[in-house]
Amino acid sequence: MLAYLGYLSLVLALGATFYAALMAGVSIWEARGPRAARRAAGIDPATLESARRAAFLALPLLTLAALSLIAMLVTEQYQVAYVADVTSSSMPIYLRVTALWGGQAGSLLFWAWLMSAFTGTVMLRKWEADRELMPVVIVVTMITLGFFIGLTVFFENPFVLLWQTRAGEVVQAMFQPAGTLALVPADGRGLNPLLRHPGMIIHPPMLYLGFVGFVIPYAFAMAALFYRRVDTQWIKTTRRWTLTGWLFLSLGLILGGRWAYDVLGWGGYWGWDPVENASLIPWLTATAFLHSVMIQEKRGMLKKWNMVLIILTYALVIFGTFLTRSGVLSSVHAFAQSAIGPAFFTFIGVTFVASMVLLFREWDHLSSETQFEGLLSRESAFLLNNLLFVAITASVFWGTVFPMISEIFTGQKITVGPPFYNQVTGPQFAALVLLMGVAPLLAWRKSSAQQLGRQILIPFVASLVLVAVLFAFGITNPGALFGFWISAFVAGTTLLEFYRGTAARMRTTGENALVALSTLMARNRRRYGGYTIHLGVILITIGVVGTTFYQEETQGRLRLGEQLTLGRYVMVYTGLDEFEVDDGRIVARASVEVYRDGQMLGELYPRRDYYIESQQPMTIPGVRSAVEDDFYVLLVEWESVGADAATFKIYVNPLVNWIWAGGLVFIVGTLVAAWPESEPRRRVVLANAPARA
Amino acid sequence: MKKFWIGLFALIALLLVAPIVAAQENDPVTDDDVNRVANQLYCPVCENIPLSSCATQACTQWRGTIREKLEAGWDEQQIKDYFVSQYGERVLAEPRSEGFTLLVWVIPPLAVIVGAFVVWQFLRRAARPTQAAPEATPATSDPYVARLEQELERRR
Repeated sequence: MLAYLGYLSLVLALGATFYAALMAGVSIWEARGPRAARRAAGIDPATLESARRAAFLALPLLTLAALSLIAMLVTEQYQVAYVADVTSSSMPIYLRVTALWGGQAGSLLFWAWLMSAFTGTVMLRKWEADRELMPVVIVVTMITLGFFIGLTVFFENPFVLLWQTRAGEVVQAMFQPAGTLALVPADGRGLNPLLRHPGMIIHPPMLYLGFVGFVIPYAFAMAALFYRRVDTQWIKTTRRWTLTGWLFLSLGLILGGRWAYDVLGWGGYWGWDPVENASLIPWLTATAFLHSVMIQEKRGMLKKWNMVLIILTYALVIFGTFLTRSGVLSSVHAFAQSAIGPAFFTFIGVTFVASMVLLFREWDHLSSETQFEGLLSRESAFLLNNLLFVAITASVFWGTVFPMISEIFTGQKITVGPPFYNQVTGPQFAALVLLMGVAPLLAWRKSSAQQLGRQILIPFVASLVLVAVLFAFGITNPGALFGFWISAFVAGTTLLEFYRGTAARMRTTGENALVALSTLMARNRRRYGGYTIHLGVILITIGVVGTTFYQEETQGRLRLGEQLTLGRYVMVYTGLDEFEVDDGRIVARASVEVYRDGQMLGELYPRRDYYIESQQPMTIPGVRSAVEDDFYVLLVEWESVGADAATFKIYVNPLVNWIWAGGLVFIVGTLVAAWPESEPRRRVVLANAPARA
Repeated sequence: MKKFWIGLFALIALLLVAPIVAAQENDPVTDDDVNRVANQLYCPVCENIPLSSCATQACTQWRGTIREKLEAGWDEQQIKDYFVSQYGERVLAEPRSEGFTLLVWVIPPLAVIVGAFVVWQFLRRAARPTQAAPEATPATSDPYVARLEQELERRR
């Protein structure tokens, strides 16, 4: 039976990771021992090769386990407790597949599976280039992977079966307990309605890929520390892997915002919910790393700090998974009761301490090769950037864990909601965006104020003019004006960078503007990819400023034909249908007509889906999007009999679409920056040159 | 002169308060009034869902409670206090800045200040050239690593 096949491959995968970690450990030990001294090669190829193969084996084994679970989800094997929990016969096929990550046990298996894909890639592809680091890389990745597989094998087994005793009691066990019969429920309970959305296909896998992606750079960092090879090679490898994880995590965050906007029905895209924060926090430290790594590459500085950031990112990834998977969020007591909470906590503690020990052992070797020369320089701008990123990380982390701390120390559970985060991180983000406009203009080593002043003069004046125009058009909120000013200023300096580069190329090569721009970007992918990302961030900033300061809402009860007005919009209630859908919901769908400035824009159908089995309501908005704002209407209440009156809530979300557009630009920029270069060798030499000078 | 200032102050205060009072006395309580309060509260039973956008039956009733209190002439603070006394601090979207909860507000700015100080110290120390002996490059500090390096170089 498939459940046993899946469970068996899971157990074998655990064995493989254990064996790989052990053999890699042996090869490390041998290489340091007297046997190595007698052998020229140092590392025993056979032992290590064996570890490598076992490490790779985890991938096919976990694939087999995941595929058998998917097969059972699709074919409705309700004897499997997990299948009965997260699927029901009315669900379409694609949701049955996504149910793989729709519940606790399945999502842990999915996590492990994705991670094995990353480690498998490392074992295959990166073997020759970084082979001297591999023993430790195998140990670190296999311990992490083994931990997650262990969670599924011992605590959250997705293959566990349902059995019934003669007394009618339901038992969950992998193997048939004595005196029981197999229990096959007629139907499952179905997936959490919130997760029944096409966004579920792509958003969680992206987040998970981002999370597991950060394990690889951490493993390389640990290997570099262990072998005292904190040179440019490891930082190159680590940067590339971090960028990969970062790309996926960014995508996951953006898609998550979009999903929340479309499904959660509260008019917003980011609610500072602990689960959201859990994925934002490692993103922040990884972003800090991707910036400060440039100082190390160019100037040989901040080596210790970069190590700290990599270690923090890894610890926060595991912490984020712990936060969302252990039940600690609902209550610290749920954490104590859950089987995996303490296991997670121990794992985070042990890996963090071990990393720190490795770091301090190498502390003296990680000193800067060069020194700071000027307070006004690219280096100090990067330092400020890191300070802000880490400060935001600390603020969000603190706000997220504070309810638990409060519950432990005072017994009182509290909520730390959006007002806290907006007030605390808002100014920090603003400073960061402003820095984003200035920092790229500063020269390495030393910059003069006049030089900087000349460069920012045009964007500065232009942005002030723009703010004056906005003010004249009635935008008077100081926060909004400041936000728009920053966005305009930074957009100006960033675009000017593109312009300068393109103009220089046109002068020297005689290319036309388009050719010059594209060759410029192709030749300096990291630089102009980075600037493109910055442009995306500006678009997102504009959207955030618009929605934060100018979101409007109103609510009202309408009879048929009555209207509700909000700003330039008028909405007329024209009808309501109630019907049952065969996937187990009762749908109440209202139809409304939307007018702007007296002109009809179209009909919208806000609805309320009620999932019968799980007794959960879902509020799906009707949205009409435009560049300047979104009209977003929710059906709040209605009278079932006669259906002549209903309550609606309307939001007008100014500039919200700039966020999605910015997200797209952001991802394109990341792809440009992360795309593998064709001449990696030459770049290394160039990158090293200033450090040696 | 002192009387003038008191009088002026009272007049301003009256002008500021009058429309609010007038609004409360004359107009019926609208859904928007209810939401204005509900936006500042969280659902007492769900996980992290604002009361204003919670779709459960219980939350609909709680919004009804807010409406009743508003109709009875309560102000925002009184209603919030009422919810806290009934369901605990967790209903407040914005944690209070008093008692133990003050910590949540104090730590982040403190972290920024400490961080800024550390960076400042680092910059000052780093900017001042010290005459420390140049360190050996890490790659050659360990004879074993040096040999391994050579090995690898030969294989390339």
